[in-house]
Amino acid sequence: MTEIVATNETILVVGGGISGMTAALEAAETGKQVVLVEKRPYLGGRTTQLYKYFPKLCFPTCGLEINQRRARMNPNLTLLTLAEVTRIDGTPGNYQATVRLHPRYVNENCTACGDCATVVNTEFADEFNYGLSQRKGAYLPYRMAQPQRYVIDPRIIGTPEAEQAKAACQYNAIDLDMTPQEITFPCGAIVWATGWQPYDAAKIQPYGYDRIANVVTSVEFERMADPNGPFGGQLVRPSDGKPAKKVAFIQCAGSRDRNHLLHCSRICCMASLKQATYVADAYQDAADIRIFYIDIRAIDRFEDFYNKVSAIPQVKFIKSKPASVTVDKDGNPIVNGVDTEGYHRYAEPFDLVVLAVGMEPAVPKDAFPVPIVVNRAGFIEAAPENGGVFAAGGASDALDVNRAVQHATGAALRAVQVVNRVRGVGV
Amino acid sequence: MGDLNQAMIEKYRTSFLKEVEANVEEGEWVKMCMQCGVCSGSCPLGKFWNHPPQEIFMMIRAGKREEVLTSDAMWMCTSCYNCVVRCPREVPITHIMHGLAHYAKRLGLTPKNQPTAEFAQRFWNNLLKKGRVNELKLGVSLYFMNGIGPGVKTAIKMAPVGIGMQRTQRMSAMELFGGHAIKDLKGFHAIMQKAQELEALRIAQYSVAPRPTA
Repeated sequence: MTEIVATNETILVVGGGISGMTAALEAAETGKQVVLVEKRPYLGGRTTQLYKYFPKLCFPTCGLEINQRRARMNPNLTLLTLAEVTRIDGTPGNYQATVRLHPRYVNENCTACGDCATVVNTEFADEFNYGLSQRKGAYLPYRMAQPQRYVIDPRIIGTPEAEQAKAACQYNAIDLDMTPQEITFPCGAIVWATGWQPYDAAKIQPYGYDRIANVVTSVEFERMADPNGPFGGQLVRPSDGKPAKKVAFIQCAGSRDRNHLLHCSRICCMASLKQATYVADAYQDAADIRIFYIDIRAIDRFEDFYNKVSAIPQVKFIKSKPASVTVDKDGNPIVNGVDTEGYHRYAEPFDLVVLAVGMEPAVPKDAFPVPIVVNRAGFIEAAPENGGVFAAGGASDALDVNRAVQHATGAALRAVQVVNRVRGVGV
Repeated sequence: MGDLNQAMIEKYRTSFLKEVEANVEEGEWVKMCMQCGVCSGSCPLGKFWNHPPQEIFMMIRAGKREEVLTSDAMWMCTSCYNCVVRCPREVPITHIMHGLAHYAKRLGLTPKNQPTAEFAQRFWNNLLKKGRVNELKLGVSLYFMNGIGPGVKTAIKMAPVGIGMQRTQRMSAMELFGGHAIKDLKGFHAIMQKAQELEALRIAQYSVAPRPTA
């Protein structure tokens, strides 16, 4: 049974992505007790699935490693993975949180040696790679996973494979008798950092994501470019493994569209500019990159990055929101539309089409376990009615990592103020 | 009609967009277009248009009054609504196209021999007579729309269809002589006359009442 030592001076952080990690660490480093609840078996959220950051084109692994170290070193931080908040009762400075813990079936003895995985053969779609590859039923979610512990997929529990995995473990780390449990503990303030999810590209019917293999989303493309990703970092087509040299990026796939997401998702222009460099780097002169856009939203320092990518001769910008994507007999996706610079009709075949999908809140409007004010897009408002519950990062708006981290730091401060009032040192 | 055209030119000298907003059905939506191009790419007849909808909207804003109103582009719209369902701004493009065509007609700027306009006029005239569409008369008049020669040719080609319809009592050859009417034809004509008076009043209002400028 997991025991949580918490008081009404404890800060609960819901969600262990980059925003939740930041809020939890910033608060814990001021000396506050923090409980961080993460649904996945590891910290870092969607940031872990990025290959590079824009605009510096550096690797997220770097900052994640620093944050993981901060998390490991801090005695004020309690981390609960595979955990979900199901209920919050009470008032600011006096909340009761109920958290459901899903079994990992692997305890702290695990050294991540991987012996269990060698005896398990059943495979499942790897959620880390958006289903572009398979992983085993006993697995390390990704190479840098924190905590660095394997997970037994609940779908093999009760099968002989689970027993074989247990037998293969030299450290007595596999406990197949773990059951889901529910724990309740007090807290004074809550940081809600449940983040975002990519808009379901299949809903954008004319772009054929659900029926054309070589139409992928920007988040999938990010995994494809990663050397640790499903294709070993080779930019190839999912349908036949041929090189994806001629690549179309379709902007506003779901965003700024009253049929889909009303808002501009802010990150997609920069994401596609970044991903254009992946193709240019991989295929040099043989690369042919076309970015179809309504307008490129690269503000402030991002404009320098836009200028830098514009200067790459293999990258072309076409001012047009494509009307549809069709496919020819060789599996080449064809992008159809009319451009806005001369109204020329085009039907251009590509090796691969990348849909720059928008960001929507990960928690649907009506699924919050706590009364909370959200805007029409479902993002959490900074409303006084939210009491001691403060949104951080992607749960509050479509934000890039940089802005999410800034926002999360602010949210941590708000939470600290509430628990200071509990202690009697605040005003 | 020509006078109305001149009056409108005088009134909206500086802004064709304002003229469209005031006089064209759903015209106030034109400024919402963000020039993404989805409508043009989604139009099944798009390649036959001299100006796709997106371009028409831009031309309206650019004040290309003459070119827009005399264009046959909006007459090409078949009301499939593909553009409307895909438009990210939910602009009622189909309605605007019909609104533009209607406005151009009111001003007497319909392109000569525009088949859609021609068909619409024949349909309307036909309907007005008896309160019902006389399909036989309408069909035959369309056959001969482009002259006696092509008319006879089409009539011969379509004869088996006509005979078949006659045999299955879907059509009567007697319709050529007068044709049947609705029950209260007098009432129908009164309604239509009243409607046309109201419409004339509405149009007159546009050309007289000054619109506040922003």
